[in-house]
This record gives sequence, structure tokens and C-alpha cells, in this order.
Amino acid sequence: MLEQLYFAMEVFLNGLMAGVLYALVALGFVLIFKASGIFNYAQGVMALFSALTLVGIMDGQVPFSHIINATFGTDIHHFGWHVPALFAIFGTVIVMVLFAWIVQRYIFRHLVGQEPIILFMATIGLAYFLEGVGDLMWGSEIKKLDVGLPQGINDTIDQVTYEMFGYGFFIDNLDIVATVVAVLLVIGLVIFAQYSKEGRAMRAVADDHQAALSVGVSLNFIWIMVWSVAGFVALVAGIMWGTKSGVQFSLSLIALKALPVLMLGGFTSIPGAIVGGLIIGVGEKLFEFFMSSSALAGELFGFTISATENWFAYVLALIFLVFRPQGLFGEKIIERV
Amino acid sequence: MLDNSESYVTEDGRTIGGVVMEMKNITLRFGGVVAIKDISFDIREGEIRAIIGPNGAGKSSMLNVISGFYVPQEGEVLFHGKPRPQLRPYEVAQQGIARTFQNIALFEGMTVLDNVMTGRLNKMSSGLLAQAIWRGKAEKEEIENREKAEKIIDFLEIQHIRKTPVSRLPYGLKKRVELARALVSEPSILLLDEPMAGMNVEEKEDMSRFILDVNDEFGTTIALIEHDMGVVMDLSDRVVVMDYGKKIGDGTPSDIRNNQAVIDAYLGVAHD
Repeated sequence: MLEQLYFAMEVFLNGLMAGVLYALVALGFVLIFKASGIFNYAQGVMALFSALTLVGIMDGQVPFSHIINATFGTDIHHFGWHVPALFAIFGTVIVMVLFAWIVQRYIFRHLVGQEPIILFMATIGLAYFLEGVGDLMWGSEIKKLDVGLPQGINDTIDQVTYEMFGYGFFIDNLDIVATVVAVLLVIGLVIFAQYSKEGRAMRAVADDHQAALSVGVSLNFIWIMVWSVAGFVALVAGIMWGTKSGVQFSLSLIALKALPVLMLGGFTSIPGAIVGGLIIGVGEKLFEFFMSSSALAGELFGFTISATENWFAYVLALIFLVFRPQGLFGEKIIERV
Repeated sequence: MLDNSESYVTEDGRTIGGVVMEMKNITLRFGGVVAIKDISFDIREGEIRAIIGPNGAGKSSMLNVISGFYVPQEGEVLFHGKPRPQLRPYEVAQQGIARTFQNIALFEGMTVLDNVMTGRLNKMSSGLLAQAIWRGKAEKEEIENREKAEKIIDFLEIQHIRKTPVSRLPYGLKKRVELARALVSEPSILLLDEPMAGMNVEEKEDMSRFILDVNDEFGTTIALIEHDMGVVMDLSDRVVVMDYGKKIGDGTPSDIRNNQAVIDAYLGVAHD
């Protein structure tokens, strides 16, 4: 029985780590939603696209090589160089800023003042477009991403816990890194929003467009900035997920896991995205552990079920919607009559 | 008739300078509706210039043209004697023309102090990196901006609500916070869109006093729109009267009082 308890604790910790990764994706949603009221369906694809671009730059892949080869009858695929991870990340950031500019200039600038549902539809279009562009640019095969982050079991934790409990905890190094990065990212974002001039302008735009204009804030600039920051957050999420499970197109589906996270945490709260992510991560891991264990659920209910991770988050979000539709940290919806 | 660059001294001893801003034959249409029809007038440095007129006369539209929110189809705006190219609202603000809104546009989620501080956004020049490491220039700038903000907050007597979220304030105070935010950017021209709309007599008197004080203390040129004839006549140096998008009067308050077209517009004309 003690063994089971340790195992549950290990599952709990792993759930926390997985939750951090969900939170990273959810964070990108919150940023854009807060500043411009756009629910950006493309956030997950942005994570995928940034990871693809990062791998592409690192491996010196020629973008659009398939089209180029098909058109000109050439056979080029690689530039033949390898770019160090840090420079490649820098290059990807530039690509994401460029992406932000294009999105703002050619899509959302023309949709200012439209209904939220129209903006949302535009982001769905953007998501599929970007997925297609990613495919054309870098190809659709699964790629390995290695920017030098440590991976595999953390031996120190394994040993220490073994000496303490007689049971070694399996914690992945990458998960620890992801947690540290997420914490730093959130601290950085909060400081940026609260104390910098640009952050102050961003909050002003989020609050009232007209008033922001009247104090000399360019809406266009702020929106490009917000999309750039969201792109950067997507890149961080892309690096973590890509390192964990390879850069593949199913990465964009992780974005869907961010939806229940947001329903729990509230669409407008940065801390909410983090807490929501952790709850979902821990909840689904513990639930899976409990329901699939013959010693627990089997004893209790007489049956076990597995693969609950696929639906647990959504059911939890549904329950939340019934009792607290604004989420844990969201702004309360009060309608004056 | 005064020359554009000539200055004069008012009865109460203030010096009114030359023309800083001039509207020339402004026409603004929304589809088939003509909101402003061929209007010209000027604003002199240091004066309080009022635009009055009945509902729907095009007063707010005029203010929106000056502040860049609307683009007129015809005519031009001269700023310091030079034709102003078509600017976006935030660029107009960056030129030192601040404004308030008829229906109050404040950042409801922020405190009064934060709201006022946003008025200093254009005065901050240090880059993101400098702000991130928070030393030297950025720090000095922040302290300086904060001092300016506190000074204006003091001036408008809203110290007691500095840390209160704006959404919790009553209407009259919100108007004052909005004025503070406009004022803190040290504008050369201040545009006030119905600063006294919806206020009771006492609040109106307070607001009038603040407008006069601002003009007096900082020498700010003020252009304001107002409904209340009494207030306008007491407050302003010169008045433009609009009706159905046209200018029907322009001059000192006493000129306006005796202007037949203005009397007709306000009291109605007897149709025989």
C-alpha cells in the first residue's frame, strides 16, 4: 500500500510537470485574448510552426525546397551547414516577429471593430493556412529537435528519494527544465506588463482603444508587439513539446488541450493559465493512475478503464463551465440591466 | 481684425498669442450626411476657445477632426501655420494635442494614478532593455514622470482617490481623472469634449474653475465643446457657434449674445 502511495506521489509530480507544458500553450492564448479580445485558435499551430522553423534553421534546411525542386528540376534540400541552437532560436524569433507583423498588417488591421466570432473565424483560417505553409516550407516528416536541453531520468532525485522512501521517483530532466523556463517566462511577462512603458501601453489598449489612441498609443504597434510576444511564447512551448515528443504535426492538437486549461483558469488571467494547466496536468495523470489500477479502481468499482487522459480534461472543463463559467481567475461576468 | 501672428491682452490681463491652429474650409461627410460644411476658424495661443451649438450641430465631429479621429473630405488643418498632413489619432497626441471624450474613455481596470501615468507614455524614451535593467535613464525618467503625475493629481484635487480603481468612481470624478490624464502630457492644445455634460451645478462650477486654473497656471490653449450657454459665456475668450454643420457665428461672448442667427438657432425662429 505504501508502494502505491509513493507511486501516486510520483504520478502527481509528473502531472505537475505535464501541466506546465499545457500552461505554456495556454499562456499564448491569454496574452492575445487580453490585449485584443481575439481568441487565437492558431496558437497551437504557431507553436508547431516555430518548432519547425527552429529545426529547419538548425539543420540548414532549404525552405520551400519541394516547390523549388519541382519547379526548377533541381535537387537541393540542405544548405549544408548547422546553426548553433542559440542563433537558430534568435533567427526563429525574428521569423515569429515577421509573422506577427504580417498577421496584423494583412488580417487583423482590416477586421478592427468586428464581432469576436469573425475574429475567431479568421484565426481558424490562419491556423490552417499556417499549417499548410509549415508543411510547404519545411516538409511534413517528424523531426527530432535537440537544442541541448537535458533529457532522461534525473538521477539525483531518483537516488535521494530512493534513500528516503526506498522508492526512486522517476522525474524527467526536461520536465524540470520546462518548469524553470515557464516560471521565468511568467515572471518576465508580469514584470513586462506591469512595469515597462510598452507593457503599460499594452494594458491601456486592452482596456480602451479610444482612450489609448488619445494618449498617443499606436494600436497597430501594440498589436504587433502582442502577437510577437505570443509568437515567442509559442516558440518556448514548441521547443519543450518538440524536444519531448519530436516536431510533428500532431503538435498543433496540443492547442486543444489548452482549451480546458483556459476554461479552468479563465481566459484573461496569466496566473489562471498556470494554475489551470497544473490542475489539468495533475488531474488527468492521477485520474488515469487511479482508474487503470486494479488495486484501486478494480477493488472499488470492480472494473478498470484506461486512456482516460484523452477525455478527462474536457469533462473537467465541462463541469467547471456549469459551476464557474468565468474560470478560477477570470473576470466575473456581470451584466447590468 | 487681428493679424494671425499678433497678440493681444484680455480684460482680465491674460496675453493671447498668435494663431496656433487654423481650420480651413473643413467639410466632413458620412455617406450622404454632411456633418460639417465648409467651416473655417482659428485657435489662438493661450486662449479658451469654445465650440457651441445645438444637438447634432457637428461640434464633436469638429473636435474629432482636430484630434485625428475623423478625416475630413475637404479642407485642411494648419498647425503653427503649416498644413498638417493626415495624421492618425496617436500621432496627433504625440504632437502635443491632448483630448478628453464626451462619454469618458478611461482605463477602467487601472487605478487613477495608473491612468494618469498612461498620459506620460509619449514622454518616455528609454528602450525596453534599459527599462528591464532599470537603471540610470529609465529610473530617472520614471521618477520624473511620477512627479509630474502627482503634481497634476494635486492640482486637480484627486489625491484622495489616487489608488482607487477608476471603475469605482462616480461620474464627476471620472471626468476629472480624464482631464488629469490629458493634462499630464503637458499638451500645447487641450481639447475638451463636453467637460461638463451630465454634471450638477456644483460639479460644473468645480470643473469651470479647473479649466480656468489650467489655462492660467500652465498657459494651455484650450478648445472646448459645451452645451451650457451660461458656462461657455463665462469661461471662453472666443466662441464658434455651429448649427446643422454650418458656422453661424464666431466672436467674443458678447458678440455671440447679440448675434441674431445664434439666437434663432437656440430659441427657434418664428415662421410666419
